[in-house]
Amino acid sequence: MIVLAKDVYDAMVAHARRDHPDEACGVVAGPEGSDRAERFVAMVNAARSPTFYEFDSGDLLRLYRDMDDRGEVPVVIYHSHTATEAYPSRTDISYASEPEAHYVLVSTADPLVESVRSFRIVDGVVTEEEVHVVPTLDPKTP
Amino acid sequence: MAVEVRIPTILRTYTGGAKAVSASGSSLRELIDDLEAQHAGLRDRLVDDKGLRRFVNVYLNDEDVRFLGGLDTPVSDGDAVTILPAVAGGSRA
Repeated sequence: MIVLAKDVYDAMVAHARRDHPDEACGVVAGPEGSDRAERFVAMVNAARSPTFYEFDSGDLLRLYRDMDDRGEVPVVIYHSHTATEAYPSRTDISYASEPEAHYVLVSTADPLVESVRSFRIVDGVVTEEEVHVVPTLDPKTP
Repeated sequence: MAVEVRIPTILRTYTGGAKAVSASGSSLRELIDDLEAQHAGLRDRLVDDKGLRRFVNVYLNDEDVRFLGGLDTPVSDGDAVTILPAVAGGSRA
């Protein structure tokens, strides 16, 4: 299961709709080991394509250095599919390189209906999980 | 000479879990050969018959080596090399 605060969920959908018909992409970072998707970071799709996304290599380095400085990892890696379902494609599976991330897909194929689904992709195996949207993430226990 | 090489999560199986390892070489190609000598199997994840793999990013200090000299990029003592798999995908087959 992936727990998403409503503002983060809305930000992912808004980003996907804004970049449609190109695929949108980004991460939601959180403290290493916490599995908390706390900090939304929209990324530029350097491919600017309706069927492919890729983080620019310079942006990627800056993102990972920033997360490292903050003690964070990419808890969620999200992207959109603009004409197909919110399910990982063979391309998504073959390039999934963060075994601990939740891969969130947003489909913008239907302008009236949002579709947001989440998956683990580990060693080429896709497992769907529930998306649980909450008003805010629970405060961390001290 | 020593260069720190930062290893992404997905390649830490080759380094016994280490997030950073040390290697030496005067070019990126030599450095990768040294990494392979210490951590067998790592080179094949970075390099194919055409050179550096398309969806693996290698940086020398702050720059993507694709914009430097690729595998011929000179490497000096005290440099830092970072390896990050591309974050990519999409609906296309």
